[in-house]
Amino acid sequence: MVEIEGLTKRFRAVTAVDDVSFAVERGEVLGFLGPNGAGKSTTMKMITGFLAPDAGTVRIAGRDIGEEPVAVKSGIGYLPEGAPLYSDMTPGTFLAFVAEVRGLAPARRRARIEEVIDMVHIGSVLNQPIETLSKGFKRRVGLAQAVLHDPQVLILDEPTDGLDPNQKHEVRNLIRGMASEKVIVLSTHILEEVEAVCTRAIIVSRGRVVSDSTPQALMERSRHHNALSLVVDQALSAVDLEALEALPPAAAVEVSVRSESRTELRIFAKAGCSLVEEVGALARERGWLLTEMHGERGRLDEVFREITSGQLS
Amino acid sequence: MRAIRAIFKRELGGYFATPIAYVFLTIFVLLCGVFTFYLGRFIELGQADLQSFFLFHPWLYLFLIPALAMRLWAEERRGGTIELLLTLPVTMTQAVLGKFFAAWAVAVVALALTAPIWLTVNYLGDPDNGVILAAYIGSALMAGAFLAIGTCFSALCKNQVIAFVLSAAACLAFVLSGYPLVLEFFGAWAPAVVVEAVSSLSFLTHFNAIARGVIDLRDVVYFVSMIAFWLYATALVIDLKKGR
Repeated sequence: MVEIEGLTKRFRAVTAVDDVSFAVERGEVLGFLGPNGAGKSTTMKMITGFLAPDAGTVRIAGRDIGEEPVAVKSGIGYLPEGAPLYSDMTPGTFLAFVAEVRGLAPARRRARIEEVIDMVHIGSVLNQPIETLSKGFKRRVGLAQAVLHDPQVLILDEPTDGLDPNQKHEVRNLIRGMASEKVIVLSTHILEEVEAVCTRAIIVSRGRVVSDSTPQALMERSRHHNALSLVVDQALSAVDLEALEALPPAAAVEVSVRSESRTELRIFAKAGCSLVEEVGALARERGWLLTEMHGERGRLDEVFREITSGQLS
Repeated sequence: MRAIRAIFKRELGGYFATPIAYVFLTIFVLLCGVFTFYLGRFIELGQADLQSFFLFHPWLYLFLIPALAMRLWAEERRGGTIELLLTLPVTMTQAVLGKFFAAWAVAVVALALTAPIWLTVNYLGDPDNGVILAAYIGSALMAGAFLAIGTCFSALCKNQVIAFVLSAAACLAFVLSGYPLVLEFFGAWAPAVVVEAVSSLSFLTHFNAIARGVIDLRDVVYFVSMIAFWLYATALVIDLKKGR
């Protein structure tokens, strides 16, 4: 559906996007991750035809955006970074404007506008000037604008930036709801979001793609993947700890609290191994006063940091 | 066409959603009256024409039109909405034209609101309405040229005040180049061709020609190509600057 090849953009001496290539198919929600200034937004601006690349091509449904900009743009919905809107308009007139520019048939226009208004819940502020709206409402108006024409491809630049937790949840549900029939590319630096909505994650750093996999695979690279945290209401002896460390699937043991009546520790698993059974058996065997035990799926932020600071891959 | 119309409507709505259009219209009509009756001595001259009315239009446009044009692109860039606009399925030409026509429409409405002066002169005397109509058309064309310059500077500057000052200065240059004082200055040392060239670039020369009642194709072509040139420059500037 969306094929990006060798995309490159330079601003004076700085290469903001450097030979980025990937393809996204319908049904995929691609998370575009990277530190600030990694080239996420610039890439999205090129995919949506706002900026012309210095090299490379963007093809959507087989059509090159450089060759048929208007046709390609009509199949894209785009939420630019910061959700810019015409502040002197109301959400109602703004959506009507977008519908008209996008050439929605007048008969369909009103029904479709009402649909998206319901979808993002902006019915209550429809006739208020956009400049008076809260950040959450503005973001939702921006989303409404992006999905108004029911595009095949949805490009969202930080769709949940600045929203409160409830609003974030809502926006993510919205994205998940549309995911199966569209190509969705969203940029974010909120890693939990990647876990929550993305089926695939591309990490960019200094303009280059440094990782392209699933959120699950990324988490498996984390040291914390399958790690177990234990709280024991007694002091564990050095022998106990050595026994833990000696378990075949254990990679390391880290003790964070150790007092007469309480020990808190974390056991890291070797790649591809699960600790639960063997640790549980050991605890039973030794009669530990185990009060808490929970497993971790892995920490994306850790992997993210490692990848983008160049320690991994 | 659909895209131009939608952008035109939005932009025009923008002028009337904020006080800009009302302030512009009021001040324009007010100043037209003041200039015509006091400076132009419309009554004292006792002539059944609107020469003293149209005489001041270039000077009014000089500072009013840049004010009308300054927001067109500067605001889009400042607010980031330019990204929204240019990722809609519209061409650059459509976006530039839609916005330009909206501003032009405000200027034409302002001109239309001066109709009472025309009614007055018809009430007081028996003017040549053909000449007056020609002058109105000339004035509208000149407003368009001023606007096109303002549009270009609006695209160039993120800051509206700077856009205003620069476009007013550029407009002044185009007005003055037809002023006798300037032409005499050039005439003193430059060959006639140069004087001719400078004078032919002037808004004043072409506007005065039309205002005399003769809509010469050359004058119309001058204004239209002036508009086309500056709008083309606008599109180039937007393209060049949108990455920043």
